[in-house]
Amino acid sequence: MHLDGTQGIQEGGTGLKTELMSANYAAAHATVSARVEVVAAYPITPATTVPEEVALLSEEGIYKGEFIRVESEHSAMFACIGASSTGARAFTATSSQGLLLMHEALHWASAARLPIVLANVNRSVSPSWNIHVTHDDSYSQRDTGWIQFYISSVDEYYHTIIQAFKLAEDERVLMPVMVNADGFVLSHTVSPFDYLEPEEVDRFLPPYKPPHWVMDPDNPVAHGNIVFPEYYQEFRYAMHEGSLNAYKVYAEVERDYKRLFGKYFGGPIDCYKCEDADVLFVSLGTIGAEAKDAIDQLRDEGYKVGNARLRMFRPFPVVRARELAKKAKAFACFDRGLSYGFGGPAAGDLRSSLYATKYRPMIKSYIGGFGGRDVTITDIKEVILDTYKSLESGNLGPEETWHDLME
Amino acid sequence: MVTAKEMPQREYVLKGNASCAGCQDMVALRHALKALEGDVIQVVPACCTSVVQSLWPKECLDVPVLNTAFMAAAATASGVKAALKVKGRDSTQVMVWAGDGGTFDIGIQALSGAFERRTDILYVCYNNQVYSNTGTQRSGATPLYAQTSTTWHGKTEPEKLFDLIVAAHEPVYQATANAAYPRDLYDKFRKARDIRGPKFIHIFVPCPQAWNYPVEKGVEIGKLAVETGYWILWERVGDKFELSPTSKRYQDPAKRKPIEEFLEMQGRFSRLFKPTRDEKRLAEFRVFVQHRWDVTLKTLA
Repeated sequence: MHLDGTQGIQEGGTGLKTELMSANYAAAHATVSARVEVVAAYPITPATTVPEEVALLSEEGIYKGEFIRVESEHSAMFACIGASSTGARAFTATSSQGLLLMHEALHWASAARLPIVLANVNRSVSPSWNIHVTHDDSYSQRDTGWIQFYISSVDEYYHTIIQAFKLAEDERVLMPVMVNADGFVLSHTVSPFDYLEPEEVDRFLPPYKPPHWVMDPDNPVAHGNIVFPEYYQEFRYAMHEGSLNAYKVYAEVERDYKRLFGKYFGGPIDCYKCEDADVLFVSLGTIGAEAKDAIDQLRDEGYKVGNARLRMFRPFPVVRARELAKKAKAFACFDRGLSYGFGGPAAGDLRSSLYATKYRPMIKSYIGGFGGRDVTITDIKEVILDTYKSLESGNLGPEETWHDLME
Repeated sequence: MVTAKEMPQREYVLKGNASCAGCQDMVALRHALKALEGDVIQVVPACCTSVVQSLWPKECLDVPVLNTAFMAAAATASGVKAALKVKGRDSTQVMVWAGDGGTFDIGIQALSGAFERRTDILYVCYNNQVYSNTGTQRSGATPLYAQTSTTWHGKTEPEKLFDLIVAAHEPVYQATANAAYPRDLYDKFRKARDIRGPKFIHIFVPCPQAWNYPVEKGVEIGKLAVETGYWILWERVGDKFELSPTSKRYQDPAKRKPIEEFLEMQGRFSRLFKPTRDEKRLAEFRVFVQHRWDVTLKTLA
């Protein structure tokens, strides 16, 4: 993690300013830095403090755009859709049930090719009520066309949100972006991060200019009317293309960001000690930060292991996954959510990414950490060693293991 | 009242659209857009208008049109308005053009939210009293005893008195209109255009498909709705209520035409007359007509 502000300045940027905030507050301040023009949001734990802070920033004149205090998450996303269709940079934040209520709107935003950015604070879905982290909320929106990032620190959240606008607004992409942060672990945990004034971000992110269509009485166009079978499929293909393009465009976004501000979070898969590793631990979100310590300890104990933290979940970084599979002998893939009736979504994607190649590393899927259950360094070590054992014995054992499951 | 000659010549509803023969929605929209003179962004949720505006890549409306999801019209309009504000184009009118299903039923929450936030939008409900677009299912706006494809033997409840719900949000401007009275409708859109804040216009729009009457009778039925006292034309600027001149004389029940004249022309009410005239139900219908007058005047006037 680049939690140290001075490190950023040394690497090239000027203007980085160390602030101390929770991930939610940092996300709210990202709307100022990125000169967001319309925020529409509705309260839900644990995302609530994002709109709270935007409200304060708005009332104090620091956030210069419009803030719409909508009456539901469905309306939040559709207000963003209306704003983005009229050429404004739009942002919202939500969690769990709120994200699920947006489901229709998520499909709408991506099919309308609107570069909206959504800060999702991962929370379990109900019943039963549980406000702590599980990735089921965003996993279940996987096929809406939204680009998805999972991050592991306050600093990464703030900067990835700014990067997300650049990525989403790129004409080759034009797809909305969801940046996911683990509920409470990050949303309510205060941590230092490197803040950028809007004047600094201007060097990276120009004002949003819709390249194809916009609601404008001087040049009337209609958007979203009926398309028959002759053309519908082509629109969908174009969405897929835009989404796939995000993989390479994000590399450019990260390159520019690093050059300007000295910040880099590791690409679509953030690798730590992967080069010579036999076993790679794959996870999304904060577990991937915790895992670095587990890797260090296991390395000290003589195990050749590495950490491959999956930052970009859609588009799935197939190319990068294959590069890793070329060298690694086994993957221990930890999912904090599930595709019920099949298994861990990330594990499934990893397996299918490799099917068409000649690489056949062992891939073991682990499921756990639901409802905010702690996944500690000890847990992660246990998981990695389980895979290590399978690798040594040459015996895959169970394809899927529920970690820390009560009998 | 405006004369036909005084209305702008320019057409914003263009020829060759996909509406049904005798569609009164297009008649209403034609005069509404003339009144707004093009400085408008029109937000359309799922409804007849989302279909009849034509098939991509063609479009029959010469104003910007943003189609949106069924329950999201007012929320989408809120976003459009916010963006216009940021862009310094605040004077452009944002108009929702939604059917009765998208207003009375699935869209009521977003409408309520946008009005409570005092959003400067003109929300128009063109009410054909049924989910016409999906093949004529009952909505919260379907009248008592009307046959629909989900109330085959006639609806057992009268329609929601939706105007009262809207009025409870205290819009800056609220009016009812009727496609058969385009000059009155034009004037009301003109007035709404120049007032800032949440505005609501509720238009009575007969539908030959759903109501089962000959396509050329749309205007006749629209007029009968007013002349029998079934539909009341009024407007309310702030809390100043006024019956529109056309409806004023029908405040007196003695001056109204018998409700049968309105009902008998429509196949959807045929069970009130066939095989035998159902006096009990007709009486109930009359009671509802008077009830609407009483409640409207008592609450809004």
